[in-house]
Amino acid sequence: MLAERVSQLNAEYARAIDDDRLESWPDFFTDPCLYKITSADNYRRGLPAGLVYADSRGMLKDRVTALREANIYERQAYRHLVGLPAIRAGAADTVHAETPFLVVRVMRDGSMDLFATGRYVDTMVDEGGTLRFRERLVVCDSSRVDTLLAIPL
Amino acid sequence: MADGTSRHEWPGASLARVPYWVYQDEANYRAELRRIFEGPVWNYACLESDLPKAGDYRTTFLGEMPIVVVRGAQGEIHAFENRCAHRGALIALDDSGSTGSHFQCIYHAWTYDLAGSLVGIAFEKGSNGKGGMPASFCKADHGPRKLRTTVLAGLVFATLSPDTPPIEEYLGDEVLGRLRRVLHKEARVMGRFTQALPNNWKLYVENVKDTYHASLLHAFFGTFRITRLTQGGGIMVSPDGGHHASYTIQRADDASSTAYRDQGIRSEHQNYRLADPSLLDAVNEFGDDIQLQILTVFPNFVLQQIHNSLAVRQVQPKGPGAMELHWTYLGFADDDADMQRRRMKQSNLVGPAGYVSMEDGCVGGFVQRGVAAAGDEVSVVNMGGEGAESQETRATEASVRGFWKAYRRYMED
Repeated sequence: MLAERVSQLNAEYARAIDDDRLESWPDFFTDPCLYKITSADNYRRGLPAGLVYADSRGMLKDRVTALREANIYERQAYRHLVGLPAIRAGAADTVHAETPFLVVRVMRDGSMDLFATGRYVDTMVDEGGTLRFRERLVVCDSSRVDTLLAIPL
Repeated sequence: MADGTSRHEWPGASLARVPYWVYQDEANYRAELRRIFEGPVWNYACLESDLPKAGDYRTTFLGEMPIVVVRGAQGEIHAFENRCAHRGALIALDDSGSTGSHFQCIYHAWTYDLAGSLVGIAFEKGSNGKGGMPASFCKADHGPRKLRTTVLAGLVFATLSPDTPPIEEYLGDEVLGRLRRVLHKEARVMGRFTQALPNNWKLYVENVKDTYHASLLHAFFGTFRITRLTQGGGIMVSPDGGHHASYTIQRADDASSTAYRDQGIRSEHQNYRLADPSLLDAVNEFGDDIQLQILTVFPNFVLQQIHNSLAVRQVQPKGPGAMELHWTYLGFADDDADMQRRRMKQSNLVGPAGYVSMEDGCVGGFVQRGVAAAGDEVSVVNMGGEGAESQETRATEASVRGFWKAYRRYMED
């Protein structure tokens, strides 16, 4: 049942991004939280910097506001394919999971590229019946990003 | 062109007009690799701290030439072409590593010392008296090309030319001072990322030197007053034009300026405020109120200080219409936990997903695509006049003209 809840959370998370409902994206996280996009190489070496680094729901909201109001990039969308989570229960209400993902980026001219592959390294907690990410590390397999990374992974 | 590799001509002597074929022409690109990257310039190669002990190496590029940079037994830093003298295979395959006292090519096991000299050939005398290399073969006459290296403020630069002047002379006093201002103590790597850009390498270098665009393209900047043309600041351009440093200084009267709003410029969003302003919880760590400093070393190096977000960026050309930008995010070795967190938060500003840099990832491609049919047309680089001297304003393209001044000297000599 836990696996089902985690998979459902991952599915809803991916839908929110891929359907361009980014305003609901921060609600998938606790406050405070940690959301970081990094690479497998940086992760393995213990290098702390991320392409995106947010430690509060406010920072996640600011990311969305910046994408909507300030930043310039060509129209694009993602299609996430999220794999099965490998789950291990932690202390109390904490759940740890590692889940592989693949993201295709679709540009306004119709070109589709495999934009990112990697794994979510997650810590989740139950907040009044809702499972949320206390920590979501997006560990991309490659350290190379094509052009820019605007929409969150 | 002087070497006859291109039918293209510059439209005149003015630095304020740049023909678009320079971003497209294959022959011109090949000439750039030879005359600039493999010529009398200092190419940024790696950090000195990447090579803490003898045998530690990094692989990188001089234009498109693969090179190995390695710490020698006496603490010296060597660099040589990453190409076996035998059949040309790469000698070192990883981005970085530690090799002990020798490199060995995997193809036929030819071995090199840490200076890149060929010291061993497998079966050099043959087997059972048969085969082997001719007795006349002299190992000392064969080997990958060796580069000179120099270290400045923890940065390793390499050059293939015997004529490149000492780095301090190459940079000039002004830019040298701005570089040492930031890298004044031991740095620590906080992360590395690569950004593949769909544009000619020069479009990125121009973008970095272009102080005019910063607060116009990057709306995030303008809205949060991280940098405004109405703030104090200016640019320094080295005497040869190739290197620059731009900076902004916080000025108390900035908040009352209406220059952007008066001109109806997009980057003005009066109502846009951060939900979590800790992103910009910066400290004045250099003690001089300079909030932002961007510095370039011709042809491939950028040093960035945006508040407490520090990084070096290495430009790697990948053909006329593509390049890679290698980001190394930095802190200092003596940063405490608060400072490290502050730098990580502020790193949201920069890099491929940066609030004030993601546009730089795409705008070069917009130019590359926009000028696809305009090789014989020219761009206009006229803000602040025609010259390439230091100016006490950022509403200028003087450092972009400086780039072309240096570029044309290397290409037309």
